[in-house]
Amino acid sequence: MTFFKLGDDIADTRAPDVPIEQRWDKRRFDAKLVNPANRRRHSVIIVGTGLAGGAAGATLAEQGYHVIQFCYQDSPRRAHSIAAQGGINAAKNYRNDGDSVYRLFYDTVKGGDFRARESNVYRLAQTSTQIIDQCVAQGVPFAREYSGLLDTRSFGGVQVARTFYARGQTGQQLLIGAYQALSRQIDAGNVEMHERTEMLDLIVIDGRARGIVARDLVTGQISTYLADAVVLATGGYGNVFYLSTNAKNSNASAIWRAHRRGAYFANPCYTQIHPTCIPRSGDYQSKLTLMSESLRNDGRIWVPKNAGDTRSPDQIPEAERDYYLERIYPGFGNLVPRDIASRAAKNQCDLGRGVGPGGLGVYLDFADAIRRLGEDKVREKYGNLFEMYDRITGEDPYKVPMRIYPAVHYTMGGLWVDYDLQSTIPGCFVVGEANFSDHGANRLGASALMQGLADGYFVLPPMLGNYIASNKFDKVTEAHPDVVETVNEATGRLTKLLSINGERTVDSFHRELGEIMWDECGMARSEDGLRKALGRLPELREEFWRSVKVPGSGSQVNQSLERANRVSDFLELGELMCVDALHREESCGGHFRVESQTPDGEARRDDDRFAYAGAWEFGGTGEQPILHKEPLNFDYVHLAQRNYA
Amino acid sequence: MKLTLRIWRQAGPADSGRMVAYEVPDANPDMSFLELLDVLNERLTLEGDDPVTFDHDCREGICGSCGVVINGQAHGPRERTTTCQLHMREFADGDVIDVEPWRSVAFGVVKDLMVDRSGLDRIIRAGGYISANTGSAPEAHATPVPKPIADTAFDNATCIGCGACVAACPNGSAMLFTSAKVTHLNSLPQGAPERADRVLNLVEAMDAEGFGGCTNTGECTVACPKGIPLDSIATLNREYLRASLGRK
Repeated sequence: MTFFKLGDDIADTRAPDVPIEQRWDKRRFDAKLVNPANRRRHSVIIVGTGLAGGAAGATLAEQGYHVIQFCYQDSPRRAHSIAAQGGINAAKNYRNDGDSVYRLFYDTVKGGDFRARESNVYRLAQTSTQIIDQCVAQGVPFAREYSGLLDTRSFGGVQVARTFYARGQTGQQLLIGAYQALSRQIDAGNVEMHERTEMLDLIVIDGRARGIVARDLVTGQISTYLADAVVLATGGYGNVFYLSTNAKNSNASAIWRAHRRGAYFANPCYTQIHPTCIPRSGDYQSKLTLMSESLRNDGRIWVPKNAGDTRSPDQIPEAERDYYLERIYPGFGNLVPRDIASRAAKNQCDLGRGVGPGGLGVYLDFADAIRRLGEDKVREKYGNLFEMYDRITGEDPYKVPMRIYPAVHYTMGGLWVDYDLQSTIPGCFVVGEANFSDHGANRLGASALMQGLADGYFVLPPMLGNYIASNKFDKVTEAHPDVVETVNEATGRLTKLLSINGERTVDSFHRELGEIMWDECGMARSEDGLRKALGRLPELREEFWRSVKVPGSGSQVNQSLERANRVSDFLELGELMCVDALHREESCGGHFRVESQTPDGEARRDDDRFAYAGAWEFGGTGEQPILHKEPLNFDYVHLAQRNYA
Repeated sequence: MKLTLRIWRQAGPADSGRMVAYEVPDANPDMSFLELLDVLNERLTLEGDDPVTFDHDCREGICGSCGVVINGQAHGPRERTTTCQLHMREFADGDVIDVEPWRSVAFGVVKDLMVDRSGLDRIIRAGGYISANTGSAPEAHATPVPKPIADTAFDNATCIGCGACVAACPNGSAMLFTSAKVTHLNSLPQGAPERADRVLNLVEAMDAEGFGGCTNTGECTVACPKGIPLDSIATLNREYLRASLGRK
């Protein structure tokens, strides 16, 4: 049984056909410009205020556009970019250690296991250096050396130190920078900010994105907002798994609704499972917490050599420990890319060598680093992370090795965009984690912040200007039949959710969905498992619409209703992820099909059949989705088996 | 663990509100405080009651969304800990725990434990930024910043805007929040050109939002989950005086 139909290939990504280092210059030169005096006559909706959305809002407003911006949180400063810990990559080569734009490009394409679009990755690497300049000018307090110059460190999958950081809170500092820039534009009247307001649907008129339907989460009021273009900066969809390192309210509804309106969804099965998270402690667990990858610079990962060894870690002598990453991958050691580190941890636990409750954990040990550097130096580098670990587990990592286990962290898939970051719906642009563009099948550490800010500060603004300058915008009003219909659909959906009054809570459905996804579409995926999931998910969706219980009304704060609406979309998206994972009969990056591995258990790609991005067109509720392939060409970084040994 | 929660219930801004007691017989020491509320809410939902509304998001102590007063203390008994990072191992079996929203004139209750903290955003909008349009930045190494200054800026920039300082202050003052931003930006060479206007505008906005005056009681810094020091308020006062005297 197949689960999808095959459509036409995607022929044109709009990347200019010139040498790669000239493409972005050429695209910007070819782009049409909007006269500064005319910009205020054009309005742009931006949904989300994370790094990509916040940066885009501030920049477009500085340029003179009228920005209407939304976030579901009570303040634009709270978007989940804030939780990124480790750092941001940039090809500054301040260390003189052989870094360059080309090397950052090369590392990212290779790290993504040759499933990213070369043009986009090269542009990302080019833009990276400007981001650091911009952030420093805004007052982002990056870590500095005693010379007063910026410090950098090394991250997974990389042999240069190109990661700029602000202790273990880099995402927070970058987001506060973008938030402050946005605040300045709000104060100047250039940005109309709607907090505690959630997008329910995208308004498409004559084939172009012209607005959104949104709900005020305090009053329950459903309103329409109209503009010349819509930018989705709504983050990833890791919460499909229920347990992930995402914020509790991070959701996929904006991108899923846009997908249902015609935007292709690319590579939905590319999920990043982060190797260093705090293991779960019980059934009540509501989320998982990441311990930054930067810890792998100094922490050593090990398990007991003997399966079922229950001695406390200090009782296990050196000779009976297996530092398995250092053993299997001597070249990169503890700093192999995330997908490899996660799978290795799972393999050790599958062998019965896992530690902690349920044997689902491995040690991340700082004893050597403390001996080598002293406790003070370790505290200065990682103090806040150690504190966080202590608070959650009640254990002191200065004395007892941390226990870590992989958890869902980031989604490389997202809405398909062309080189201009425009989706298949003209006028609907997608930035940051919400799009699929730069990381292929696996994202390297410290590259999410880089991509979010590159998209928001530098890539989107000229491309959005080009779109506005290239089109005429007839005035649309709320009375337009397409607007009315979209509002009615959104309202009807919420009314339906409130009226079911069944016997199961929203969270019970979400947990069950998460378990199915983790078991069958998590770290290891098999044909049998995915088919099983695709049998169960439609049943679960029907059960949800038959028996979910959403208390309260729609005309007040109703957090159950908010969750129910999000989970209803996750249920559909989960199915598409499984279809994508089933169709991709190869292993690449974070997508590991057990049928496609090398004799020593590494991911085996099938470049002859799968060197493409899989962009899915919505086929209708309960109908088969349609696959469009964007062929990927590797003209610069030649296809090769990744080797980190 | 068996716990009794006495929770502030208030249907909306117009409601007068009341404490309501709930038994939670199945608490676990490894649960976070918000997970305890989740467990209670699941039960309330199934019993046909209205679940308790509270703000939360990242649940790792950095977004600043969560925050309730627990037994009279903002974010509860553990130092430098947000409500989401507070675990039930800090409590004993049989405890009765009072749970209330942030209490302050400038923070209206939206529903139950959820309050309106938008006043803090408006303080930032009044000048809590460095004006640097995208694309205008000089090369990052053009201006070295001595490490102690960068560290001071960073320590103050770690503020998560949760509002615990305001909730803990007997005057409902937002001085710690405001001073953290002033100290962050005014310490840095990049923040120097707007230094005087920044402090004057932020303090003016703080007053206009209805936050109280500072009388140096120091409750704010004790409640602060990020440990913003009281020194920052001294820095703000110094900056304010300097700006008021017109010295640039």
